Amino acid sequence: MDSHSTSAFRSWMRGAGTGLPIILGYLPIGFAFGVLSQKSGLSNANTLFLSLIVYAGSSQLIAVSLFAGGAPALSIIITTFIVNLRHLLMSASLAPYLARWRKSALAAFAYQLTDETFALHSVRFASGVPAQAEVFGLNAAVQVGWVFGTWLGLIAGQYVPDVKPFALDYALPAMFLALLILFLRDKLQVVVAVFAGLLSVSLLLSGVNQWNVLLAALVAAILGVGLEQWIKKPSS
Amino acid sequence: MDQEAVFLTILGMGLVTYLPRVLPVVLLSSKSIPPILESWLQLVPVAVLAALVAPSLLVEDAQLALHSDNLFLWASFPTLFVAWRTKSLFASVVVGMSVVALARALLG
Repeated sequence: MDSHSTSAFRSWMRGAGTGLPIILGYLPIGFAFGVLSQKSGLSNANTLFLSLIVYAGSSQLIAVSLFAGGAPALSIIITTFIVNLRHLLMSASLAPYLARWRKSALAAFAYQLTDETFALHSVRFASGVPAQAEVFGLNAAVQVGWVFGTWLGLIAGQYVPDVKPFALDYALPAMFLALLILFLRDKLQVVVAVFAGLLSVSLLLSGVNQWNVLLAALVAAILGVGLEQWIKKPSS
Repeated sequence: MDQEAVFLTILGMGLVTYLPRVLPVVLLSSKSIPPILESWLQLVPVAVLAALVAPSLLVEDAQLALHSDNLFLWASFPTLFVAWRTKSLFASVVVGMSVVALARALLG
């Protein structure tokens, strides 16, 4: 091994080490996702493909729940799109730091951009962008952790024939509630969440039973923007 | 949906997830997202999660289920409380599932 590749290897390992706190967080969530996806009727291969190809935790859990509820493919894809649109902001805010990177490196970097790696990168980039190998080492190690967690969940799921005594059927609702709390930052978001929930239930009760999630979410988020503009107006 | 259709859906999901991740960093600078779109983007995940979870707590067999034996609804209070206090996804899910499992074991 020449000295150049040795130092690249060290950079990769340093990056992987930096990603360790994220990996420790991803393992149990990936595990839960693996179990839930299997119990929702997805094959083990498709469950792993979700973690490999889509690689966005909340949207993977949402999709599994939509698959189980018999939602049409188009509705699942559009819901995934709008849930993951938030990455636009993260990608845009990291862009200035990475202006010197090649397009191919940027394309690879963007593929592994998650809420958590974004948080870590944006703190680190502010005090200087590390070597490319270190950034990719971190991203790769974190995704390996996510896929590995998913795989462990698939293995464990095979030994749990009936989900009810373990309340595994409550794991998804519980996880969505917790994710919701983690996302909530101000009163406007609370109003939007309550409205989206009530609208989704109303649509479902009035017979709109496959598009209710997407419709309710879109309308609630648009009303939220309207409300925000309306609140801002008097002061400006 | 059969597993092949699921796989094709996953490919579609992968594409629509990758585009918003890659386009800004390759093409744009941070100044090019209009503030109104930014506000909307920040509200979307919250709206989707709420729209998804509310029916699983409030609706049973296509009917509003606010009755006392709707376990999922009552278990959501301790779950929300733990999520709010600990900010831990894992702790919240464990507490929520334990409450439901315990109630099922005790109330049968």
